[in-house]
Amino acid sequence: MKNLNILFAGFGGQGVLFAGKVVAYAALIANKQLSWLPSYGPEMRGGTANCSVCVSDEAIGSPLVTNPNVLIAMNLPSFDKFINAVEPGGVVIVDSSLIDKKVERDDVTVYYVPSSSLAEENGLSGLSNMILVGKLFQEVCTQGDCAFCDSDILDQAVQKCIPARKAQMLDFNRKAIQIGAQQ
Amino acid sequence: MKVLMKGNEALAEAAIRAGCHHFFGYPITPQTELAAYMSKRMPQVNGTYLQAESEIAAINMVLGASSAGVRAMTSSSSPGVSLKGEGISYMAGSDLPAVIINVQRGGPGLGGIQPSQADYWQATKATGHGDFQILVFAPSTVQEMVDLISHAFDTADKYRMPAMILADGMLGQMMEPVELPEEGSANLPEKEWAAKGHGGKRAHNIINSLYLTPEKLEQLVKERFERYETVKRNEQMAEEYLTEDADVVLVAYGASSRVARSAVNKAREKGLKVGLVRPITLWPFPTDALNRAASHAKNFLVVEMSMGQMVDDVKLAIDCKVPVHFYGRTGGMIPTPADVLAQIEALL
Repeated sequence: MKNLNILFAGFGGQGVLFAGKVVAYAALIANKQLSWLPSYGPEMRGGTANCSVCVSDEAIGSPLVTNPNVLIAMNLPSFDKFINAVEPGGVVIVDSSLIDKKVERDDVTVYYVPSSSLAEENGLSGLSNMILVGKLFQEVCTQGDCAFCDSDILDQAVQKCIPARKAQMLDFNRKAIQIGAQQ
Repeated sequence: MKVLMKGNEALAEAAIRAGCHHFFGYPITPQTELAAYMSKRMPQVNGTYLQAESEIAAINMVLGASSAGVRAMTSSSSPGVSLKGEGISYMAGSDLPAVIINVQRGGPGLGGIQPSQADYWQATKATGHGDFQILVFAPSTVQEMVDLISHAFDTADKYRMPAMILADGMLGQMMEPVELPEEGSANLPEKEWAAKGHGGKRAHNIINSLYLTPEKLEQLVKERFERYETVKRNEQMAEEYLTEDADVVLVAYGASSRVARSAVNKAREKGLKVGLVRPITLWPFPTDALNRAASHAKNFLVVEMSMGQMVDDVKLAIDCKVPVHFYGRTGGMIPTPADVLAQIEALL
C-alpha cells in the first residue's frame, strides 16, 4: 500500500479523536504499521481539535501529519488552516453542512458530504464523524493506492472502539458508516 | 497479539509486568494517563498505587519502597521532575534503584504542555545536587517504551542506581501497536542490602546518604564513579540507521528521531547519502556508535526539540572529528521532516 497520512480536524466534541481511533484499529487488525496522535492542548474544550493517523507497510517516522494525503475537514477554521497543506494528488473530505466554502485547488480530489445534516436527518445525532469515516473507508481505505483493509475489518474496528457500556451505540455507528459510504 | 495503547498507558502496564507493584504519583499533563492507568491496575495485582500530596512526597515514597527492596516507580512531566530532583539525589547517594519517568513538556518554568526535549541537561547532568549520574533511556516508539521499562528496572537493580525514562508529550499521548511481555515474566533479583526486617537473624542493613566524614564520603563517591565506568563500558545503546555510507549523519533521540528518520528516508529517495544515529541511552552516552559514524561522515546534524542541549555531548563523544551542526525547535514546537531535509541539503 501507499503510505496513508490522514489528518482529522474539527472542533472538540465532534468525535475527531474517535474517528481517528477507528482507522487506527482497522490498521491494527489489518496488521499494518500505524500511529495515532491526538492534539491534547486546552483547545480540546470547544476549540479546534485534530488527530494524525499514519498507516503504512513500513515503520512510521514522524507521527505528526503536517502534509496529509487525506484531510477530513469538520469545521471552517480547520478547513482554512489545512487545505493548502494537503499533498498534491491527495483527498479532501469536507463536512459541507458546516463548511460552505469550495476547494479552490484543482490538484486534489474533493468529496463534499453534508455529514452534520445527514446525521440529524437520520436520527444519528453526534455521529457526523462516523458518516465521514464511512466515506473515508469507501473512497480511500478499501480501494485505490492507499487501500489497506475491507469493510469487514472496518466493522471489527468499530466494535473494538465502542466500550461495552455503550454497546447500544454499535448499530447507530454502523448506520452512520453506511450512509457515509453511499454519499 | 498486539494491542493499541497510548505511550503513557503502555509504560504503566509494562512497569507492572516488570514486577513494579509500587507506584507513587502526582498528576501533570502530559503524563496523567500513566498515573490514572496505575490507579486502576495496581489493585488488580495487589499492588500499591498512591497519589501523593506532591511530587516531592512521591519521590520520597519511592525512596522508602526501594529501601525495602521492591521495584518502585514514579512519573511526572518536566516541572514535576524538577521537584523530584532532591529525592533522586538522595537515592543516588543511598545506592537505591528506581525508575523515574519524565514525559517532557516545554519549559522553563511552567512552560507549556506540548512535547519537548528541553530536560536533556537535567536528566543527564543535573537531576539533583552532588556527584552522581543516573541511567537515562530515551524510547522512540510505544513498543520501545515497553521494552525499555523492564530493561531500566533490571539495569537499575544491577548497578543499584536510579534510572529515568526520558519520554515526551508526543510519545506519551500517541497510540501505536504494542506487544506486552507475559504477566509474571519478570525476573526479580534478591536484594541482600534491603532494609525490610530480619528478625535478628543478621546484621541490620542501613540505607543512608549522610556521611559527615569527608574521607568516607570521598571514598564512597569514588567507588560509585568506578561503577559508572563499568556502566559506560557495558550499557551504551544506540540504533544506527543507514549510516554505513552516509555523508551526513543525523543524531536524534526520542520523538525528534522519528522526524529525523522520515527526513533520512526522504533524502535517500533523492539519492542523498544520509543516515541516523539514534541514542537509546542518553547516559551512558553512546560514544561507540557515534565514533563509528564519525569515521567516514563529513558532517553531523543534531536534531532536537530543544535549543541544542545534546550538541556538546556529541562533539565530546567524537572529539570534534567532524563538524557538528544543529537544527531544533523548542517550546512545544515539533520540527517537520521537510525542515530537517532542508538543513541536510544545505550541508551537501
